[in-house]
Amino acid sequence: MWNYSDKLKEHFFNPKNSGVLEEANAVGEVGSISCGDALRLMLKVEPETQVIQDARFQTFGCGSAIASSSALTEMIIGKTVDEALLVTNKDIADYLQGLPPEKMHCSVMGAEALRAAIANYRGEEWVDDHDEGQLICKCFGIDAPMIERAVEVNGLTTLEEVTNYTKAGGSCKTCHEAIEDVLEAVLAKQGKKLEPAAGAAAPAPAVIGLDQIAPLAAPVTAKPAAPAKKLSNVQRMQIVIAALDEMRPYLKADGGDVELIDIDGKNIYVRLSGACSGCQMASVTIEGIQTKLVEKLGELVRVIPHTMMAAE
Amino acid sequence: MGIYLDNNATTRVDDAVVAEMLPLFTEHFGNPSSMHGYGAAVGGKIEWARGEVQKLLGAAFDTEIVFTSGGTESDNTAILSALKAYPKRREIVTSVVEHPAVLSFCDYLESKEGYKVHRIPVDGKGDLDMAAYEAALSENVAIVSIMWANNETGTIFPVEQLAVMAKKVGALFHTDAVQAVGKIPMDLANSEIDMLSLSGHKLHAPKGVGALYLKRGIRFRPLFRGGHQERGRRAGTENAPAIVGLGKACQLAREALPVELGQVAALRDRLESALIEAIPNCFVTGNPANRLPNTANIAFEFIEGEAILLLMNEFGIAASSGSACTSGSLEPSHVMRAMGVPYTAAHGATRFSLSRDTTQAEIDKVIEVMPGIIERLRKLSPYWTNQGASTAFQPVYS
Ligand SMILES: Cc1ncc(COP(=O)(O)O)c(C=O)c1O
Ligand code: FES
Repeated sequence: MWNYSDKLKEHFFNPKNSGVLEEANAVGEVGSISCGDALRLMLKVEPETQVIQDARFQTFGCGSAIASSSALTEMIIGKTVDEALLVTNKDIADYLQGLPPEKMHCSVMGAEALRAAIANYRGEEWVDDHDEGQLICKCFGIDAPMIERAVEVNGLTTLEEVTNYTKAGGSCKTCHEAIEDVLEAVLAKQGKKLEPAAGAAAPAPAVIGLDQIAPLAAPVTAKPAAPAKKLSNVQRMQIVIAALDEMRPYLKADGGDVELIDIDGKNIYVRLSGACSGCQMASVTIEGIQTKLVEKLGELVRVIPHTMMAAE
Repeated sequence: MGIYLDNNATTRVDDAVVAEMLPLFTEHFGNPSSMHGYGAAVGGKIEWARGEVQKLLGAAFDTEIVFTSGGTESDNTAILSALKAYPKRREIVTSVVEHPAVLSFCDYLESKEGYKVHRIPVDGKGDLDMAAYEAALSENVAIVSIMWANNETGTIFPVEQLAVMAKKVGALFHTDAVQAVGKIPMDLANSEIDMLSLSGHKLHAPKGVGALYLKRGIRFRPLFRGGHQERGRRAGTENAPAIVGLGKACQLAREALPVELGQVAALRDRLESALIEAIPNCFVTGNPANRLPNTANIAFEFIEGEAILLLMNEFGIAASSGSACTSGSLEPSHVMRAMGVPYTAAHGATRFSLSRDTTQAEIDKVIEVMPGIIERLRKLSPYWTNQGASTAFQPVYS
């Protein structure tokens, strides 16, 4: 049974603005019957002011699909068309006090219906450009296309690397096999092979040629330069990981270590271990990491010990 | 009090089963392998339980019963054992509608271990394609694993006949009878079935206990190796309270078989015909002429199963659904898809599974509230108008 929020239940059991809107002058129809959800969004837009005066929906779908539709109509009534276009699927999910990762596609469908309806109103053609794939890692809500992209763009070859770049597989581990399947498929396309699970840094061979070490280190330190443009989550994570890796030798010299736990927008949660954790110096260390990350990212972030993460 | 119609998912542990188990936590806590009175008392209880399982299955010997942790372990053990025992045979025959305990394991064996897996299709009623089955059988097949009854529709497969056919090519025959045991009569002594899986929690025993039937004389390779428990066929100190609970549950199931086939079937039929009568655009999935007495699976068109369940839950009614959204995947039930049920109906497939605890008053309550629930959701559906189904809605596929 899903753990639905009260807000979501409220919108499911008593949906707002359901049914047909006879005076609609904008209609968006999206979804897929095979995936089990489809939505028709009807808007009445005032041509003078471009204000959405009324919105109604009809939805075939589960509890969160119906609630997302209801929430969407509530969020956009009274907004101008341009203002409404700023509503993202994340906003819908937030409005409902969150959705389980498996259900995020319900909010995506709402955001798409809105765009389709507005395109319809403007006489444009709406093209569906979201590629939402099979959900692989439930803990972090990572789907197959995201993993494929990370693997392709960064030349990843092991499960551990995928986890470092996307977080997928970093928690309960039930998705490890599925991640390897995706990885294997991409590598097969590139004519490469999956590296056998590097279960506990394989015992080092007696003599290691330099060429054997180099490729592993390379992708991580590749592009830490501070970019001017707004960072995507994946970019931000890569930079953070690279920066932490750079600092690690210094922490280790003091008998400690640092591990990235989560990135939630501008909040970066880390776990300090060994000599750093709990000691007097912890806050100094956190501060040092923060300074370093701000410098590398070129944007303000907060570094927070994972123990202060909001309990879920 | 809630109305529990999800007995194919799990059942309430019978009070008599609980009573039978309790002493094994308190006074009879010994290890059955120990050489003292504490152990002997428990060992005796376990052997009694084994006899009860044997009787329910109609097996020839009690030594043919191996206790396990449940249906999944029994299924995995049976299949793997056959593959290890007949290493030259590299093919498996199963059906498209098996439980994941068999299907996912076969997928794994195919993709990672290189076995060839034949998945026999079913027709619109969920009946097995016998011609395809016959064609798949050959001397390369190590094991056939086909369920006795389907957990979603209740459709029964002719396993005795399938077993005879499998024997002709020298393949072992295993059946996942997790849903069938205790609901229909069985006579394994007079069948060609080599292995059978059952699970306690589907017949009013606790979760996490089950059994694997191994016909005397067949080759077997254990999954767990270690101690000599279960004659070396399943190592590990016995889960004595649960095993004794399973024994009691099997005894009760044997006694209640006439109730299952009589009263339970009658209530199921009453529920089904009333809903079909009262609600437009719905139909029974599976084969009504050949299925478990307790299961009704009704597909309500143009609405989605999770939404149905959430509204039913408001009335205290518990059932289950083949919809994608209840499983966390995007595809609706593989069983509905295999039967060719269209997507518009597959997502609304709702399973009502009764038990001997189900009362007529409960069924009448369900009959009373279901039409309103379905109507309420259809009013929200773009596929539905006041006049009925709508074909005008053609969304952009995403
Ligand atoms: C047909 C079938 N096989 C196997 C199982 C798995 O049994 P268990 O839960 O005891 O592992 C189930 C129940 O979930 C089932 O319905
Ligand atoms: S599902 Fe990926 S770590 Fe839990």
